[in-house]
Amino acid sequence: MALSGIQIYKMLPQTNCKECGFPTCLAFAMKLAAKQVELSACPYVTEANKAQLAESSAPPIRLVTLTGAAGEVKAGNEVCLFRHEKTFYNKPGLFIRVKSAAGVAEADSYKVNYVGMDFSVDGFAVEADSPAAMTETVKAVRGATKRPLILLSKNPDILAAGLAALPGEKPLLCGADASNWEKVAELAKTAGAPLAVSADTIDSLADLTEKIKAKGVEDLVLDPQATHLGKSLALGTQIRRLALKNNRAVGFPLIAFPCNAADELIAASQAISKYAGFVVLSEFKPELLYALLVLRENIYTDPQKPIQVQPGIYEINSPRPESPVLITTNFSITYFAVANEVEGSGLPAWLVVTDAEGMSVLTAWAAGKFDAERIAKAIKTFNVADKVSKKRVVLPGHVAVLSGELEAELPDWEIRVGPREAVDLPAFMKTALN
Amino acid sequence: MPIEIPKDKWNGKVRTINLGATAAEGGTRAKVITVGGETSMPYLHFEAPTPNTPLIAVEIKSRKPTDWSPLLAEAWGEAMNNPAAWAKAAEAAGAEMLILWLTLEDTPADAVSAVKAVLAASGLPLAVFGPGQAEKDNDLMVAVAEAAKGERLLLGICEDKNYRTIVATAMANGHLVNARTPMDVNLAKQLNILITDMGLPADRIIMDPTVGALGYGIEYGYSVMERLRLAALQGDSMTQFPMLVTVGFEAWKAKESKVGEGVPASWGKWEARAINWEITTATALIESGASIVVLRHPESVKRVKAAISELMTA
Ligand code: B12
Ligand code: SF4
Repeated sequence: MALSGIQIYKMLPQTNCKECGFPTCLAFAMKLAAKQVELSACPYVTEANKAQLAESSAPPIRLVTLTGAAGEVKAGNEVCLFRHEKTFYNKPGLFIRVKSAAGVAEADSYKVNYVGMDFSVDGFAVEADSPAAMTETVKAVRGATKRPLILLSKNPDILAAGLAALPGEKPLLCGADASNWEKVAELAKTAGAPLAVSADTIDSLADLTEKIKAKGVEDLVLDPQATHLGKSLALGTQIRRLALKNNRAVGFPLIAFPCNAADELIAASQAISKYAGFVVLSEFKPELLYALLVLRENIYTDPQKPIQVQPGIYEINSPRPESPVLITTNFSITYFAVANEVEGSGLPAWLVVTDAEGMSVLTAWAAGKFDAERIAKAIKTFNVADKVSKKRVVLPGHVAVLSGELEAELPDWEIRVGPREAVDLPAFMKTALN
Repeated sequence: MPIEIPKDKWNGKVRTINLGATAAEGGTRAKVITVGGETSMPYLHFEAPTPNTPLIAVEIKSRKPTDWSPLLAEAWGEAMNNPAAWAKAAEAAGAEMLILWLTLEDTPADAVSAVKAVLAASGLPLAVFGPGQAEKDNDLMVAVAEAAKGERLLLGICEDKNYRTIVATAMANGHLVNARTPMDVNLAKQLNILITDMGLPADRIIMDPTVGALGYGIEYGYSVMERLRLAALQGDSMTQFPMLVTVGFEAWKAKESKVGEGVPASWGKWEARAINWEITTATALIESGASIVVLRHPESVKRVKAAISELMTA
């Protein structure tokens, strides 16, 4: 249970010695309750109270980290059921399920850019029928990728073989169930590797995690084995709710297997928005992966802060003084929609990105953050006139209404209205801007 | 010891809304379809039953669109030339409702004849949306509402700029309105208040929160819809309306769906990617509370329908 500031205060020495950097024990207790300081800052807490306080300050969903030959994937530490309540923090890792190293190198080098960010596959889930096959496959896969791995088997000997082939790494062992948990937990403990636990009811999951924790394995992942979308939504929601209410038996990230679903895309989309920490896909398919990577980014952006780019003047395709000046806003999606079009066309341009507080063209216009005054100010502060020989700016077609006011603000400039959508910009630049 | 599953107990309920009228109610639809009635967050059957299955509506246009992705033109073929043929094709593809979207070129007479043709071609409940310019929408919608009196059409797009005319004609002719606001809980609520204040019964409003496509602002629509549903369950009467989302319109605007050439190879195969874009947008929004999801591609209709039937299973 999370404790209140007052409850924590009662467990502190109450001497106000100030060594923690706070004037009173109560002030320190309040900060602890808000999770803004570490308990270790107070040297005088009794051992008994320390254990109890540590338990209460642990995050409701344990942070679990998989470590590969290079890189890691983290899941957990989430604090809410709905993203608008705060935000979702650790993006679920997307793993491709493989039985051999075929295609791994290609999937490993996959990279896709979305609004200026590069995304890729997070790792691979390796499957094999025998210890020897696991050893061989893991070695071959390791030759093609350094990313974190998941080892898929219920057979402890097969998992042990995979682990042995990955010295120094912490792959996810997937995993334990009611029949094999003692042996698998032992493996996980020795290797310090995280362990996924499968069962088809929450009661049996909790029962297993309690038993495994008692053996000293703390980094667990839950596999609730849902058979269809209605069930996975219910189980995901129930487990997240229980965890947020500090039920420690299920306070772990989830793993989902859309690779087994009737419609992999739909099952994986649900897993991303409804609480999975690790998502296992059946194969490497860019058209599926790209959609999922974008969904994941969208669901995991902080709802308080739209993704923005720095206002300023951006040079596209080495513009010269006679190149056109295009105006847009600093909402990332807007900026990249325009920049990518112009860049792809090979035509040079100056792109003036105004400070519209991270809003799209029409949103900013409707909110009064993208008007003639702001545009004129941007033209002046970024010294656009010094860079160009032709004083001419192109407005987004959606804000054609601004052209009159902008003429008044920038009397010696020619104001042109461009197309509404960025896709049509190259054609417009070729035909209308000569 | 068995774990007790925490269940939310809400006192609010989304209104139940009937779309379409059969001969018995003064229309010509084959049957009445009901949406809404939820008393929990979407599809949490352990908490409360989901009384009505969300509907898949297919968008058809009064004239063959010139700016749609070639993939859509390929999928619908000849049917796109004629709204009645398109309506039949959409029904055959699994549509449970139709949305006839009018264009700026339509005169009121054109609009009326397109609506009549669609009503004659298909017995599904019908929504008719104007092109989205307040004055034009008013002209077209008044003509359509009068010509289809008693059908319980869903008329749109009813926004703060033009709700008066559309609500008045819906009231006079026995239709429903699609109340659209730009992604904001308070604006949605306010428009619903204005509409009910005019005297339109609350069981004739569908709320349209405006959504963005995957990659183009889906997260805003997703969260506003979750917040609207939560407000409804908490008992806020002016948010207790089923929601319609224009997924096809948004998703097929995205470059990822529209364009096949000159895009990064990492986007994958065009057709599969385009359909994935529509489906991902649709399923995320269904899980955040949509009751009517408007789609464009027949393959999306099939796959989203299968997903809905899984979601409806406890
Ligand atoms: C997401 C969204 C929001 C998000 C904000 C997202 C953000 N960071 O900007 C939220 C929910 C916060 C929001 C809020 C509001 N919104 Co809003 N919102 C949208 C929505 C759904 C999508 C906008 C978007 O992201 N588009 C994608 C980007 C890439 O488009 P874009 O910036 O226009 O860029 C394109 C083109 O303009 C062009 N382009 C861009 N730059 C350039 C430059 C040149 C030279 C050229 C040629 C072309 C070009 O290329 C791009 C791609 O084609 C639209 C409706 C819709 N579906 O389009 C409404 C919309 C823009 N919003 C609207 C309104 C009214 C508002 C609010 C005022 C309402 C309110 N809640 O109070 C607020 C204002 C914000 C505030 N007060 O803080 C209205 C604007 C109406 C109007 N015509 O004036 C719209 C159109 C909805 C509607 N139909 O009513 N909104
Ligand atoms: S260090 Fe410990 S005892 Fe001293 S003031 Fe801080 S909390 Fe109190």
